[in-house]
Amino acid sequence: MSAVADTHAQEHHHGPAKGISRWLLTTNHKDIGTMYLVFSFAMFLLGGTMAMVIRAELFQPGLQIVQPEFFNQMTTMHGLIMVFGAVMPAFVGLANWMLPLMIGAPDMALPRMNNWSFWLLPCAFLILVSTLFMEGGAPNFGWTFYAPLSTTYGPPSTTFFIFAVHIMGISSIMGAINVIATILNLRAPGMTLMKMPLFVWTWLITAFLLIAVMPVLAGVVTMMLMDINFGTSFFDASGGGDPVLFQHVFWFFGHPEVYIMILPAFGAVSHIIPAFSRKPLFGYASMVYAVGAIALLSFVVWAHHMFTVGIPIAGQLFFMYATMLIAVPTGVKVFNWVATMFRGSLTFEAPMLFAVAFVILFTIGGFSGLMLAIAPADFQYHDTYFVVAHFHYVLVPGAIFGIFASAYFWLPKWTGHMYDETLAKTHFWLSFVGMNLAFFPMHFLGLAGMPRRIPDYALQFADFNMISSIGAFMFGVTQLLFLLIVIKCVRGGKEAAAKPWDGAEGLEWTVPSPAPYHTFATPPEVK
Amino acid sequence: MRVHAKRAGALLGGLVFPTWSMADWTMNMSPGVTGTSNDIFSLHMTILWICVVIGVVVFGVMFWSIFAHRKSQGHKPANFHENTLVEILWTIIPFVILVVMAIPATATLVDMYDTTEAEVDVKITGYQWKWQYEYVDQDFGYFSNLATPRDQIENRQDKGENYLLEVDNPLIIPVGKKVRFLLTANDVIHSWWVPAFGVKKDAIPGFINETWVRVDEPGVYRGQCTELCGKDHGFMPVVVEAVPEEEFNVWLAEQKAAAQKERELTQKDWTMDELMARGEKAYQTACAACHQPDGSGAPPAFPALKGSPIATGDVTAHIDIVVNGKAGTAMQAFGNQLSEVDLAAVITYERNAWGNNTGDMVTPKEILDYKNQQ
Repeated sequence: MSAVADTHAQEHHHGPAKGISRWLLTTNHKDIGTMYLVFSFAMFLLGGTMAMVIRAELFQPGLQIVQPEFFNQMTTMHGLIMVFGAVMPAFVGLANWMLPLMIGAPDMALPRMNNWSFWLLPCAFLILVSTLFMEGGAPNFGWTFYAPLSTTYGPPSTTFFIFAVHIMGISSIMGAINVIATILNLRAPGMTLMKMPLFVWTWLITAFLLIAVMPVLAGVVTMMLMDINFGTSFFDASGGGDPVLFQHVFWFFGHPEVYIMILPAFGAVSHIIPAFSRKPLFGYASMVYAVGAIALLSFVVWAHHMFTVGIPIAGQLFFMYATMLIAVPTGVKVFNWVATMFRGSLTFEAPMLFAVAFVILFTIGGFSGLMLAIAPADFQYHDTYFVVAHFHYVLVPGAIFGIFASAYFWLPKWTGHMYDETLAKTHFWLSFVGMNLAFFPMHFLGLAGMPRRIPDYALQFADFNMISSIGAFMFGVTQLLFLLIVIKCVRGGKEAAAKPWDGAEGLEWTVPSPAPYHTFATPPEVK
Repeated sequence: MRVHAKRAGALLGGLVFPTWSMADWTMNMSPGVTGTSNDIFSLHMTILWICVVIGVVVFGVMFWSIFAHRKSQGHKPANFHENTLVEILWTIIPFVILVVMAIPATATLVDMYDTTEAEVDVKITGYQWKWQYEYVDQDFGYFSNLATPRDQIENRQDKGENYLLEVDNPLIIPVGKKVRFLLTANDVIHSWWVPAFGVKKDAIPGFINETWVRVDEPGVYRGQCTELCGKDHGFMPVVVEAVPEEEFNVWLAEQKAAAQKERELTQKDWTMDELMARGEKAYQTACAACHQPDGSGAPPAFPALKGSPIATGDVTAHIDIVVNGKAGTAMQAFGNQLSEVDLAAVITYERNAWGNNTGDMVTPKEILDYKNQQ
């Protein structure tokens, strides 16, 4: 045992390997975290480019730029890439970087698996993106890929799409196992569960959600694979199957999935708001319980995505009530954040700007979510732009602003330099205005009756669509600024102190900036 | 908040794009014309106002902190981080609000699900990309296709007032009667929506869904398919015309007589030119969405017909694929969608148009014989 410990101690003096093998073979949580973040941003730009194509086509009524076939491929790929390629890997990247630093661990618990779960991702997305160049085009059935449109009527590339989803799923499950193993086993002495930072808590719960539902996604795509290639009829009514079964299985995965994309952001924001309010987080325990409650409820609300498929009224009522209940723990979280700011000593650096916008705009997305939960009203909202507005409000200023807030908050720790505050504030304000301009009018469009996923629309929707497109272009172009800010910050800038934010708390600020290649070789003591 | 947002939006729009007409800035749901749609509208407004009030309170406190508790104002941070009473209160109060909200929502839902005692039954079948309406007790039905010309969609012509919301044959229903809709689909899942009725229901292949409407005001009501159903999902509108009952009965009798006449045409002796003319029309309605107006198709999902082995080869194989479709592909069975005359005309047209010049002519009688053999 002591011999093993000795070799470890020696290895810790080594820096990273040279050249490409550092990245291909690395088992270092910081390197892997960086790769996840870079990959995620690349996917964000790719998915964003597709959104620009969509908004350009919708700039005016009529078909101008793309044909409906390609338009459908764009909406599908945009959704898939943003969900599985941009948001989820970004949070895994943050987890890789920050979880060991926050709990005082030397690395993730399963470093080799960590390497593998990252490198599976580029493979999966290479397959997914390559479908764009296949005969018959990329998947064109929406990111929710409802059968039988995606089975009997799907393009030949559907099988590649299924394979890509399987690989992503394996990657996510391994990532989640790693997170759980790390948090449960490698915490510094004295860090009891109820002393864990909230980002650690939210990721622990997220990881359990991932393990619970990614196999369900794998199951549903496998059923599709069988229907397409092996003559089964899971979703084909003419063979005795049920197309609605697809939706039940998909949304049993899909609803927890949306919390997978937001809970880590809840955690990060729960660090950032106290830091820039210079005041401890209000209601730590209730924050933890609220996240737990949201996660549990997420398993019993899936059919609220299916209010119009004709489920029996008893089911309709159950899913309506259960969905409305989610507002309670979510409300508690929002109230806690506001109470944390209340009577603090506030400053508004870029992380705080993004975090405050997160709270406000995510709450607006929560409000429209509450409206959507009212089953009778959902008959009017369902599958209109109101829904598009809703989920973009929880995903863009929710998940994405949460990621930007985290990135600015921890960039000094990662790079050892302060980012350019003026540019970062410009990035924030342009994103904020662009995002609201793009997505707020979508509420009006949906209420006025515009269905989602259409390449062309009736004339009464023209004005708001044009505004929405202008906002989207503005938001899209602004994101290149973020790339510039990060590159600038990596290459130089004001030296960052170990704790660059005076109100920040936590073990990650006890190590120097930039964080050394190996940290916490001896665990710190937590009182 | 909505009113202000509306004013702000209109102001912004007015400043930036002065030429736009203000009439198009619809921002809210319309109350609609049925009891259900009115109930939904009032639920919508109630929950919207609840959200607005909660938003004003929460964001009010937040903005107060943002303005008053800044470090730059010299504000020193307090150090409180929990308060059991407050935390219990802000858990219970939202819960109570939700319970209050759930009561009217439940009542409306129960009412929406009550499809009993309907006076007229209409079966609605979704196809890629059109609707079929059948009056169940009358043994009569027809298809409803998009009527907006291709030229308007592709910007070669000015767009009409009801661009993309107009069809050749709208669904006609009598006012003041409870009409039950039975929804299903032939290929993929579609969803039938008329916002003014507050009715939206998925049409699912292999299953029958029920919903109902009672319209008291005569008029034309427009909606769209709201479930992604493939390439022309955006091009399959729903148009419903509610007419007084006498008018409905007259219309129904006329249509049934016309349908009878159409059936008799099968026995008529058709010339090549007549079939080609009729075939072109039927082709543009039923086939051109996939196989393209010039027969070039969009491979691989939608093969070209121009010079294709089917359209230039064996006639019986051609009839078979049009009448019975091709399993496992997007090619539908048109045997029950088109009349014998239209089937014969379309096949004749496909075999002779775009340089396919086979010279073959298929008559309605041959189609009838083919169907009877099966």
